[in-house]
Amino acid sequence: MLVETLKARFIRYARSAKSLPVPEPEPIAASSASSFSLCELELGVTATVASICSPEPEQDRDLVLRLIELGFVPGERLRVIAHGQPGNDPIAVRLGGTAFALRRLEAGCIRVTRVPVISS
Amino acid sequence: MTASLHIALLGNPNCGKTALFNLLTGSRQKVANYPGVTVERKAGLFTTASGKRVRVLDLPGAYSLNPVSVDEAVTRDIVAGLRAGEQAPDLIVCVTDATNLKLNLRLVIEAKRLGLPVVIALNMTDVARRRGIRVDSARLEQELDVPVVETVAVHRDGARALLERLDMFALPRESNLVPWSAPNVDDVLAVQREVRRIFAAAVQEPPAEMRVDDAIDRVVLHPFWGLAVLAATLFLMFQAVFSWAQVPMDGIKAGTDSLRDTVRAGLPPGMLQSLLVDGVIAGAGSVLVFLPQILLLFLFILALEDSGYLPRAAFLLDRTMRTVGLSGRSFIPLLSSHACAIPGVMATRTISNWRDRLVTIMIAPLMACSARLPVYALIIGAFVPNRAVWGVFNLQGLVLFVLYVSGVVAAMCVAWAFKYLGRKAPRQPLLMELPSYRWPNLRSLVLGLIERARIFVERVGTIILALMVLLWFISSFPAAPAGASGPAIQYSLAGIAGRWLEVAFAPIGFNWQISIALIPGLAAREVAVGALGTVYALSATGEAAAQLGPTIAQSWSLATAFSLLAWYVFAPQCLATLATVRRETNSWRYPLFMAAYLFVLAYLASFATYHATLFWMGG
Repeated sequence: MLVETLKARFIRYARSAKSLPVPEPEPIAASSASSFSLCELELGVTATVASICSPEPEQDRDLVLRLIELGFVPGERLRVIAHGQPGNDPIAVRLGGTAFALRRLEAGCIRVTRVPVISS
Repeated sequence: MTASLHIALLGNPNCGKTALFNLLTGSRQKVANYPGVTVERKAGLFTTASGKRVRVLDLPGAYSLNPVSVDEAVTRDIVAGLRAGEQAPDLIVCVTDATNLKLNLRLVIEAKRLGLPVVIALNMTDVARRRGIRVDSARLEQELDVPVVETVAVHRDGARALLERLDMFALPRESNLVPWSAPNVDDVLAVQREVRRIFAAAVQEPPAEMRVDDAIDRVVLHPFWGLAVLAATLFLMFQAVFSWAQVPMDGIKAGTDSLRDTVRAGLPPGMLQSLLVDGVIAGAGSVLVFLPQILLLFLFILALEDSGYLPRAAFLLDRTMRTVGLSGRSFIPLLSSHACAIPGVMATRTISNWRDRLVTIMIAPLMACSARLPVYALIIGAFVPNRAVWGVFNLQGLVLFVLYVSGVVAAMCVAWAFKYLGRKAPRQPLLMELPSYRWPNLRSLVLGLIERARIFVERVGTIILALMVLLWFISSFPAAPAGASGPAIQYSLAGIAGRWLEVAFAPIGFNWQISIALIPGLAAREVAVGALGTVYALSATGEAAAQLGPTIAQSWSLATAFSLLAWYVFAPQCLATLATVRRETNSWRYPLFMAAYLFVLAYLASFATYHATLFWMGG
């Protein structure tokens, strides 16, 4: 009984929500001037991946590849859901249907831009 | 019988490959695997409706065929036909989580590029439907040019569509295997663009689906509340092991007692009666009684593994573990080592950095494994009063918790020492998925527990029983000379050897009975309890030997009991663990070093504990 009610309510909720526009993929280098490191993104704020870069390209090549493979692709929306302590390290990031834990080392490779707040 | 079709299950971690494997093969698994993470491939056989024999491989989860860890390399090598002596599979079944296709589809495209036939098993479609995610499989099939079947691996009938598809599958005339080559950034980005295009065309999902996860994560990942939840969970686990297992343990104890009395009454006194009563029943029975506690421990570990909570705990502990030179990734292998160090050591394959992996392997045996539980439980049961503390806690459970914590603290100190002594390691990435929460699946929990119970009972029935019979033999022969005053065991091989060993172990308070029991304890630690059972049963001068617990409570000092507990916190490894370490590190150097350092630590800890307790009791 209870399960059925909850399920119905959830489906109604899910249907009422408008679907977000599908982000257009952008080239990796398209980092705009307003982009900043994922390390600096505040808790709970949604942002868009601007670019994936690497401070020392050769050494971190596999790391950058893996970040892209996991879905840190320009245009994707993400949100920081938790900070480890001490030192806000590591960072837990919600990305689509899953989440990832990143140390500042990896998070520093990801540059993001703020999503303009749309009033509903 | 040989199989006519070889398939491999390929997919991201956590997409339900192992559940699907279990569903396909049922209990007809060829290779028993340790529960937990699949770190080595598992093979099984099954037959489709039309009678086709299929050999199926369950591979370790991988995000990509471009590996960053040993387990991903195993997967890549098998599907790309790079593993020596093993052919590439005829067909790759790409298992995908329908609730997380954006991440999962990328590996499908990568697998397709290998040139082998591919079928997509769209798994967890039930959960996806419940969350309002609509996947257009016809469109997916058309976009990817690969057959798509829906599966629900946790339902008994959930693989029907896949089985039908396998029945229809005809082997291509020639293999088109394309040699695997490492991708570059542009390749990976191009594939991701393709994934996003297909995803947008074939999948519709409501944007608010992660609300429940977000709500749980707000508490569970919180720097303070998260740690509180973690501590409470672990504490509950150890309390449960002691208090919930009491009833079934009493049942087993009563069962073995009545069996012993029946045998004693039914057989004439003599060699055979002594072998059965003192060797088999006293030895194996005293180990079997711990089955309920071990199953409870596994129930907790399996449920936590299944729910998606463990990576969260790893996240919380990452920063702390870094101060001793480890990463949060080491947490999961270390927690599984509480069940048994062998799967724990194997699970370290998910750690990409060799140094981190080696240190994790080295400290894994310090996590109190379930084989040590019988030893702890016996001594705690005999020496620590069973009473409530502050109304809610059980004193015996508290002592057990302290023992487990000392193992963890010792492990952290050793890791820190390795960090201090070793070369400075470069900064390591963490990059760990925190998968969506789900309810542990009852079916796979039950299957996992049955598997553990089977392994344990098999161990009791084979290696432990054999050692007990051997021990009974060396404890009974040669027989006592005529006119001897003490019990016969004093004149036996074991008695003589025990007296020699006692010289080495007397400084840490061990008597000759304990010294003898330590030796079979190297083969399997719970045997130490069985060995004490046999040794004391044979040492009894009176009429019927009493139960082991009360016997040792009378004959050992508190200092000896604590010293033995300390010994078993560090206790040198069972041989099976050392063999696993040798295999995983490909060298005898590390297992030998491990055995040596643990032995030294065990001796020092016991020495300190023994003399501290003596001083404290005396003063």
